[in-house]
Amino acid sequence: MLAAAVIALLVAMALTLVRAFVGPRLYNRLLAINVFGTKTVLFISVVGVLSGRPYIFDIALLYALVNFVSTIAVLRLTHLDELLPSSDEGTAR
Amino acid sequence: MSLSLLIDIASGALLLAGCLLVVSGAVGLLRLPDFYTRTHAGSLTDAAGATLLLLGLLLQADGWQSGVRLVLIMLFLLVTSPTAAHALAQAARRDGERLPAGDDEGRR
Amino acid sequence: MSLLVLMDVSLFTLLLATALAITRLRALYEATMLTALAGLLSASLFVVLDALDVAITEAAVGTGISTVLFIAALRLTRSREAVTPRRRLWSGGAVAVLLGATLLYAAQDLPPFAEPDTPVQTNPVTQTYLHESQEDIGVPNTVAAVLASYRGYDTLGELVVIFTAGVTVPLLLLRTRRRAERDEAHAGEEGAEGGTEPGTEHGTEHGREHSAEHGAEHGAEHGTEKGAEHRSARAVVMSEYRVLRVASKVLMPFILLFACYVLFHGDYGPGGGFQAGVIFAAGFVLYSLVFGIGEVERVLPWPVMLGLVPVGVLLYAGLGVANMALGGAFLDYDTLVPGHPEEGQHYGILIIETGVGITVAAVLIAVYYSFANRGARR
Repeated sequence: MLAAAVIALLVAMALTLVRAFVGPRLYNRLLAINVFGTKTVLFISVVGVLSGRPYIFDIALLYALVNFVSTIAVLRLTHLDELLPSSDEGTAR
Repeated sequence: MSLSLLIDIASGALLLAGCLLVVSGAVGLLRLPDFYTRTHAGSLTDAAGATLLLLGLLLQADGWQSGVRLVLIMLFLLVTSPTAAHALAQAARRDGERLPAGDDEGRR
Repeated sequence: MSLLVLMDVSLFTLLLATALAITRLRALYEATMLTALAGLLSASLFVVLDALDVAITEAAVGTGISTVLFIAALRLTRSREAVTPRRRLWSGGAVAVLLGATLLYAAQDLPPFAEPDTPVQTNPVTQTYLHESQEDIGVPNTVAAVLASYRGYDTLGELVVIFTAGVTVPLLLLRTRRRAERDEAHAGEEGAEGGTEPGTEHGTEHGREHSAEHGAEHGAEHGTEKGAEHRSARAVVMSEYRVLRVASKVLMPFILLFACYVLFHGDYGPGGGFQAGVIFAAGFVLYSLVFGIGEVERVLPWPVMLGLVPVGVLLYAGLGVANMALGGAFLDYDTLVPGHPEEGQHYGILIIETGVGITVAAVLIAVYYSFANRGARR
């Protein structure tokens, strides 16, 4: 059953990756990458149960905590520039 | 004996349901026509599928050390994943990502 | 076993596809996001290959901080790659093909995966590290024992490298008050001499993207403008991103707590001072992204931050000096608790990991500050 879960997650990762490659535009890629982060957390958790070592879950836990930092960074630094105004907004797309 | 069998069956069912949701979410992310429907497919199945999968794993985990970590992973995923999806959709709306598909490429 | 091979092969394929996709992208923000994705993939690969310390480092650095720094750097430059003329692609392509061929040729000499009698496995050093470290040092995680104790000098050198980065990047990027005043005076002179004021020109350029009122604000004097803009931006943030604010506020203590766990638990599980410092910095970066740098500066003022950069290095080197004063060699932790070398090793490793954590966290936050501040005051 766990092997099936691993395969399902790998398939889902590949499909999500295709969406991240074709886009179009920033937001579709961001969405795909966000979903991919969750898939990675699940994948690492399944590998952790498969190998029976609790420390593997630390890595999944770390991803669950910080995965959205990069998403938020892109949102804040490209989109909501009012907080950190920059003069070359026109080129920052 | 019967209890362990019961746990195995329950865990298998949860894992199966989680896998189904995860894969269908990925297919939806790939096949749906525009950003907002993709968000819908991606974020909802993400949270539900992750919870089901982690619950299934929790039943198979050996020892409290693994169990505690799995519960924590589940809690944090339930906070971060919908939050990121929500912020993403809101930013896309403010940035003028339009509903109909097709003309995205033209406005690059 | 075959499942392991399947995971390896498919993750490698996905990683390769991601790398190729990154080279095809011209929009650099999106390429940066795909780099984060490659980080996720390689961390999964490290987990499958059982290299947990590497995986946790990749997880912390790859998603937590390097993406943020890339994007902050892209804000200061152009975010679209220039198109290289086709005739200039040949030289680069030739070098890439040559290098790839050399690597493929060299890979023929590598032993098969998981072979038991490779030089790495049979070398006596491996046996020494794996078995005697348990008695010498008494730390379950051999990686921590090697990094912090056996090769303590190397780690000190690496920490000094990070410290140097933390000193130079703010020096290059940060605008001191004096420099900002000089620039203002300079701009004022130019405005008085020339017919068109650079300030208004600047304002209209900005107003094209934002509202007109925003542009007028930009044309105003630099000093007061920042405060007003900050306030208006705060109002926008308050009304728009409520869910994000609440979630970040809830998450922030857990990120910092997890950083402490990684720091103090590094002897037993994956992690250590470096990873803990990166996670700590990621927590602060998240907070400043959501609430603005001003809010973080209220908790952790800039002088304190810069002051913390050398503290870790001093703690590390100071421990070595203390060991010498106690009659041992430099960084010989056995001397810390006379009669109980194992306990001394434990304390020593804990102290230097703390030092590494402090310096890494302070350096990363300082680097992020200097990038973000540079953007804010341009």
